[in-house]
Amino acid sequence: MSSECAGDRENQWTKIITPERAWFDIDLGALWRYRYLVRLFVLRDLVATYKQTILGPAWFFISPLITAVVFTFVFGTIAAIPTDGMPPFLFYLCGTVCWGQFSRCLVTTSSVFVDNSHIFGKVSFPRLAIPVATVISSGAKFLVQLVILLGFMIYFRSKGSPVAPNWWAPAVLFLGLQAGIIGMAAGILIASVTTKYRDLMFFVQFGVQLWMYATPVVYPLSQVPERYGWFFLLNPMVAVVESFRLALLGTGGVGPLQMGMSVAFTILLLLAGLGSFNKTENTFMDRI
Amino acid sequence: MTTVLRVEHVSKMYRLGEIGYGALREDLTGWWARVRGKEDPNASIHESCRGANGCDSTTIMALNDVSLELGQGEVTGIIGGNGAGKSTLLKLISGLTAPTRGRIFLRGRVGSLLEVGIGFHPELTGRENVFLNGAILGMTKAEVRRKFDEIVAFSGVERFIDTPVKRYSSGMYVRLGFSVAAHLEPEIMLIDEVLAVGDAEFQKKCREKIRRLSRMGHSVIFVSHNMESIREICRRGVVLNRGKIVWSGRAEEATRVHLELHSAGPGAWNAESFFGPLTSAVTYSTIEINGTRAQGDSIISPESSIRISCYGTCSTGLESYRTSVGIFRDGVRIFTLHDLKRPEPLPEGNFMSEVTIPPLLLRPGRYSIGLGGRDHSDGQWLWGSDLIGFEIDKRWTDQYGRDSTGLVNLQQEGRRVLLSG
Repeated sequence: MSSECAGDRENQWTKIITPERAWFDIDLGALWRYRYLVRLFVLRDLVATYKQTILGPAWFFISPLITAVVFTFVFGTIAAIPTDGMPPFLFYLCGTVCWGQFSRCLVTTSSVFVDNSHIFGKVSFPRLAIPVATVISSGAKFLVQLVILLGFMIYFRSKGSPVAPNWWAPAVLFLGLQAGIIGMAAGILIASVTTKYRDLMFFVQFGVQLWMYATPVVYPLSQVPERYGWFFLLNPMVAVVESFRLALLGTGGVGPLQMGMSVAFTILLLLAGLGSFNKTENTFMDRI
Repeated sequence: MTTVLRVEHVSKMYRLGEIGYGALREDLTGWWARVRGKEDPNASIHESCRGANGCDSTTIMALNDVSLELGQGEVTGIIGGNGAGKSTLLKLISGLTAPTRGRIFLRGRVGSLLEVGIGFHPELTGRENVFLNGAILGMTKAEVRRKFDEIVAFSGVERFIDTPVKRYSSGMYVRLGFSVAAHLEPEIMLIDEVLAVGDAEFQKKCREKIRRLSRMGHSVIFVSHNMESIREICRRGVVLNRGKIVWSGRAEEATRVHLELHSAGPGAWNAESFFGPLTSAVTYSTIEINGTRAQGDSIISPESSIRISCYGTCSTGLESYRTSVGIFRDGVRIFTLHDLKRPEPLPEGNFMSEVTIPPLLLRPGRYSIGLGGRDHSDGQWLWGSDLIGFEIDKRWTDQYGRDSTGLVNLQQEGRRVLLSG
């Protein structure tokens, strides 16, 4: 793409910058051309986070393990919430691994403009590269945690627990992807809004926590009274977490209506996120 | 010649009211105050805002109907004072923000050298950062791979390439960052020399880089405050003033247009340019440089001495007064000259004060003149800054060479003794 080919195509411009950008004028081709950059961002996320820490990448699975232990104690031992007959630790670990993928993606991408304003202000590249890289690097952590989870499943099964992984098990990869996409979609939607209302950023951590209690992470859906079912129908993460457990442990699960709603909401949320992100990335430098 | 960049009637408006925290916070504080039954504090927020950064809902046009074209292999300089819209123009062309009106057409990749080491992560090693930075700047993996050795050699940090960059000195950091950017070869390169201020080495490298790109048929837009480098590097120049293109054409003429625009011409300074208690007693009306009334920037050869004659009027006799002339460069006062060794009485009436700068003292560049005086009996004074300017031409001689860079050039006095044993 240099001197020779430019000469004979007098009126062929490679890029036209216009004042307004349509909501869904998203240049996925550019994102693909920058796939190497995405890869490096993933690498940066993974390598840089745990450099100079003693335990290093072990943190990838230490935090879900500790969380699961605490949940086991608080919700299992003290509150004695039933876990569909599963060992509480395994039940909570399962929920935490799946939920962690979602919340990491959401929290990290929700501050993408603010965190990267020093880069965004100086170089132009497809901004979506960073949220996408976040989902991928978070997915890598998810995979590591999945391996640990499988280890515990084997252990508990050998101890005689009714752990029943089934033919749905490979679907956990798709569920992980879906959790990541829901997280990213919500994250970039928040990121777009927070370029104007910075205050909402303080709500993110808190909001994710609330969202977790609205999702069957520390309790099974089967314990939820029937009359609140409609509320859980609206939350796309419910189907993800429940199906995740169904695939690995053989308990829980949702009906086809809930699954369909979840997928539909995921797509809607993704479109809303991409649209507003695309609108915002055009001029956010003027506002930040 | 093929056009690689066309900027078509581009305007950029900034709405000053929309920056930062914006409405939500005000809405909430206002709401909270009402809840507590107190006075809405928003009024005062608005007031303080207006004072500090003018964030009422006015707008400014950072660029106003700007059109320009850049041909392939062309090097164009963008000249303008602070706030003329240079940086905004670069931001728009590099796609960092969208124009309010108008369109920009590009052929090929746009690269920018607005800052070095963008996206460097302190925890990553030099090697990892070269790849990351290269990719951020738009290089492909193959490109970075191919140029990696060259980049590292050019930066001179080979020994530390596998050390995290947080351990680097700031010099090493900048060198590595610049080295990556210098190996960028986009069809359209945007360079802001403002980043190079203070580092002669860096400026030199920037210029070499531009020349190399141009020879290879790449186009460059170069922004600088330094008229000398604009003249040296660019064939064409565009003069921006308050968001508008006021002139475009040959670089040399462009710099002249710019200097005329920014140095006060005759009539541009008047009694009001002066301040201080003595403004009622003394007024200066004309400044002559080497016998001619200064109009715009005179260009002076370094070999000639500079005689600055100031004509003034004194309305009430002063007991012990002398005129002082300050020579400034980039806002720094290089030195002050006085018309008399010791202050003397100044009678009512017209007078002329004259100072002379010896030849070969000032280095090439643009200087501005400040003028005033002080009555030493009671300490009363007057002063006017930046009244007119002049420019010292570049002409190298044996005693005035590139070797002796610095603010001023002194008569060389030195010797060498060979010591044996």
